[in-house]
Amino acid sequence: MPGRTISFHPDDRYAAFLRTIPEAPCGDGRLAAVPVAVKDNISTAGIETTCASRILEGYVPPYDATVVERLKKAGAAIVGKTNMDEFGMGTTTENSAFWPTKNPVDPSRVPGGSSGGSAAAVAAGLVPLALGTDTGGSIRCPAAFCGIVGLKPTYGRVSRYGLIAYANSLEQIGPMARTVADVNLLMEVIAGHDPRDSTSRDCPYHHAPDPEIRGVRIGVPEEFFGEGVDPRVASVVWDAISLLERKGAEVITCRMPSMAYALAAYYVTCTSEASSNLARFDGVRYGPPADTKKPWHEAFQERRREGFGEEVRRRIMLGTFALSSGYYGKYYAKAQAARNNVRADFERLFREVDVLAGPTMPTVAFRFGEKSDPLSMYLSDILTVPANLAGVPAISVPCGKVEGLPVGLQVMGRWMEDERVVDVAYAFEQGGSA
Amino acid sequence: MITERDTEHIGQLADIAIHREELALFTSRFNEILEYFDILDTVEAVKEEEERSYNILREDEVVPSLSQEEALANTTGPEEGFFRAPRVM
Repeated sequence: MPGRTISFHPDDRYAAFLRTIPEAPCGDGRLAAVPVAVKDNISTAGIETTCASRILEGYVPPYDATVVERLKKAGAAIVGKTNMDEFGMGTTTENSAFWPTKNPVDPSRVPGGSSGGSAAAVAAGLVPLALGTDTGGSIRCPAAFCGIVGLKPTYGRVSRYGLIAYANSLEQIGPMARTVADVNLLMEVIAGHDPRDSTSRDCPYHHAPDPEIRGVRIGVPEEFFGEGVDPRVASVVWDAISLLERKGAEVITCRMPSMAYALAAYYVTCTSEASSNLARFDGVRYGPPADTKKPWHEAFQERRREGFGEEVRRRIMLGTFALSSGYYGKYYAKAQAARNNVRADFERLFREVDVLAGPTMPTVAFRFGEKSDPLSMYLSDILTVPANLAGVPAISVPCGKVEGLPVGLQVMGRWMEDERVVDVAYAFEQGGSA
Repeated sequence: MITERDTEHIGQLADIAIHREELALFTSRFNEILEYFDILDTVEAVKEEEERSYNILREDEVVPSLSQEEALANTTGPEEGFFRAPRVM
């Protein structure tokens, strides 16, 4: 029915949204009139899209991302754009150029990141469904911190067309919701082949979650319970794995030696890709303009200094350094060898087990300002980056609390077996009736 | 070890200006991170696994795309249908 809209006037007390659409158009279909929040690095035609960066302030995309087209075709109402760490670079949403988002479970804490706005909007009950993006854990981390479900799909399963690129060999758009069934529904709508994304695979997703877990082999890598993991978080996650075992799964402890350098490989790779991808932000085609009276480099340097936040500048510079002649072999080439070893570890383990499980994050949600130096912030991504390096699917499902703060159980699966990680998460969610 | 001069140079390569007062902190954090990256020196490559992410290319055919007006909609002060950029010479 053309012309239909829904009214959206949320009480956004946790600052989840960067902007909302008071009268959002919607249509018929599987998501008819369902309000959906979209992370601000996903292009929405006619709706300002900034990646939470000053350098894109005022940018209104002339086209929709494929996932947004798919949502509209399913009748969904795009009700707003959610806050995030600038360009996805962060683990807390504190790196937004505009404002931090609060965790609805405890507003003195961060919601996680970088899809913190999407997670907070869902957790606060403002929307049932949201899209996030996950480059090194940016869906799963905020899902874990806010006590919701988030899926990073297999690389290539959801189109990246219209996603403003940060590290394109790692990132995927994925669904976030309060239940596994809703995550599954949103995944059904957004997944599928898209010729406009050259890495998109023709592997549609049609699935009814199945809680039957008997006979499923769950590998638990020791490294996921190693140094830096809060023992209280570890204990909650082990309880969750034990529940799956009581329901009939076979639990097998295993080793993933490449975890020793996975995080370094991830940060070298993502910053290198960022240094290239973010070169396009020069104030010429979009965003606040560069001073065209000044010489080329001077104008760009000034525009980019003013437009990018500190973390974005740091990552662009780290990537520039890692790719520079003389250092390429030490950093980028080694990182790709390491990435290959991570992939090989997954391949080896998936010959023995069906899924891998462990905590999503080493700790519960941080307090604001708690991770003030960049390296300690990076280290908190250690458990989520392996799935991105290997391109395999991974889901975070709430599995308990530590002092009132949510803990996420992470389930990683074989390449293109997103259905199976959804099923294992569903089995857990369905509870303890062993 | 990266020096403040190196940081300044990298900033220039990346077309990112660094304020003088930011240099010291940027440099020390850079060094902390690079020191962590040294773990990559321990990597020994295993057998090459099949690369799964690759580009699937299509025939080079003209398909509908943005109009000139749409392409210029987000720029400031376009001139005769072109983007306006800082001077090169």
